[in-house]
Amino acid sequence: MSSTVIVFLVLFLFVALLGLFGSRWRAGDLSQLHEWGLGGRSFGTIITWFLLGGDLYTAYTFIAVPALMFGAGAGGFFAVPYAALMYPLLFLAFPRLWSVANVHGYVTAADFVRGRFGHRGLALAIAVTGLVAVMPYIALQLVGMQVVIAALGLDYAVHLPLLGTVSAPLIAAFAVLAAFTYTSGLRGTALIAVVKDILVYITVLAAIIIIPAKLGGYGAVFAAVPPKQLLLPPTPPGSLGAGFGYITLALGSLLALFLYPHSVTGLLSSSSRHVIRRNAMVLPAYSVALALIALLGYMALASGVKAMPEYAAGFKSFGNNFAVPALFLHMFPGWFAGLAFAAIAIGALMPASIMAIACGNLFTRNIFKEFLSPDCTPQAEARVAKLVAFIAKLGALFFVLELQTAYAIQLQLLGGIWICQTVPAVLLALYVRLDPRALLAGWATGVGLGTWMVMQLGFKSSTYPLHIFGLTVPCYAAVSALLANLLVSWILTIMLRVTTSTPQIAMNAARAVILSNPICVSRNCLRAVRKARTIKIPKTRKPISPVSARSSRYKLWASPVHPSGKFNKPPMRPRRFPKPVPNTGE
Amino acid sequence: MKRFHPVYLFLVVPYAAWAWVPFYNRLEPSLLGVPFFYWWQIAGIFLTALCILPVYLHQEGRRK
Repeated sequence: MSSTVIVFLVLFLFVALLGLFGSRWRAGDLSQLHEWGLGGRSFGTIITWFLLGGDLYTAYTFIAVPALMFGAGAGGFFAVPYAALMYPLLFLAFPRLWSVANVHGYVTAADFVRGRFGHRGLALAIAVTGLVAVMPYIALQLVGMQVVIAALGLDYAVHLPLLGTVSAPLIAAFAVLAAFTYTSGLRGTALIAVVKDILVYITVLAAIIIIPAKLGGYGAVFAAVPPKQLLLPPTPPGSLGAGFGYITLALGSLLALFLYPHSVTGLLSSSSRHVIRRNAMVLPAYSVALALIALLGYMALASGVKAMPEYAAGFKSFGNNFAVPALFLHMFPGWFAGLAFAAIAIGALMPASIMAIACGNLFTRNIFKEFLSPDCTPQAEARVAKLVAFIAKLGALFFVLELQTAYAIQLQLLGGIWICQTVPAVLLALYVRLDPRALLAGWATGVGLGTWMVMQLGFKSSTYPLHIFGLTVPCYAAVSALLANLLVSWILTIMLRVTTSTPQIAMNAARAVILSNPICVSRNCLRAVRKARTIKIPKTRKPISPVSARSSRYKLWASPVHPSGKFNKPPMRPRRFPKPVPNTGE
Repeated sequence: MKRFHPVYLFLVVPYAAWAWVPFYNRLEPSLLGVPFFYWWQIAGIFLTALCILPVYLHQEGRRK
């Protein structure tokens, strides 16, 4: 066994043990969903920094972004504006989400939508979007793992019943992942995140010092890149050019990023809203690392690994995704390449674990408890979540082994577009309350339109050229679909408000503010209550039965408290703090 | 509505730095052999972090 493999295995084993015994760290009652799936909402600034960093910059990022630079050039650098511009948004909007979620005991974004709008259909749409978008993401983490296994030369095949010939190390890695996620939940993942990020930083630091030194400096690296790849293509007349596609790609991706279930899980596990604000300031350190990692693609070009016969097999099976592993094998001493590969492999395990936990949370809270078993105990809730997390991973494994990787990449492309369509119902809802029926219609429009555009492009790209008054506008499909989504939501909301009577609007507003929106409890709430008191509530001819309430206009009126009382539950967990977090004045 | 404080305008600065792609889609002036396109955007990351800082300090001041 070479030193590369030994170092890799030692690090991997260490992480596996760390994950398995992670449940003992800040031990909590793991039979509760928020203890297992949110780490008891206990993580401070530093742990959240590691957790979010590990969550957002996954193994697939570390392999795919340089691969894009390696293959396509400057266009791949969109990851940099994307990774930088998300932080002002994180800083401004997400502390609000944290506060609402903490007061009401929400675990997922769909929980928030359910409480904010009192509309089960909309909450279901948000939950399903999250589930569908995050599953291919898990599969891509396993793809990243496969690339590393191939680079290590560990690809031993075994015959398994049902699955056929599969790679044994991949199955082993999967078993480790499933075991520590099941036993430790987010606690184990957070511990692993610390190790992973330290390894990643060591690797990146070494890579940006050693490799350019061997290649003759950064000037030589950029000189080796074909001049056409070095910049975005110039803007032709009558078009906004590739630059517009570049920046909308960054913008659409960053809007979607924090709405992915795994990011929400990471954010809500922090111990206070100030942890999120502080993290928005210090997380850009990862963006710098990401920019340097992107440049590894050019270093791979400059080193000429593609033409070397020893890496031909890897490039043949994984395409440009093999560029970074080949570069590491070529440039680093054996043991250090092992460390770098361990960083990537652990960087695949840890996000996959959070994603699976997020799937478990989503399914349990927003599908199982909402529709299948409304009065399940907290223990049952946690059990179902653990089971679903396991099934999600199993599905991803099956996907990677039995179907083509290309499908996972295409689905991931679509997933980003779909997640972006939840912006009006989740992100915008922190500030503006549109009508839930209008939001549902907007969501359907956005998802439909986005999917259609990507299908038109043959799943090859997600930048769809729009033709507006003879001007060609190459725009990321998620952004143009989101614009259509917003337009539909807004217009329908106005139409619905015009057709609803004034007392109803006042009642809706008052109920929404009092019951589900502690963000603006202060002045807005008082104003709404005062307004509601002065308005006579329309008399009903007979008491509202659940059936008529569901079918009649009272449904809107009665939301978010269901008239039957069936869905009105006490807060799911006691508050951590004795009183709601005061409005600090953002 | 709470009153808008001008310090929040800092949060718009990073978006403005990236908004006009043709401005930074160029090779010169290069820095230590790194083309403008690349070093401008890497510098933008530091700019983003620096722009959040005054808003953070402002909010901390209000909190006390």
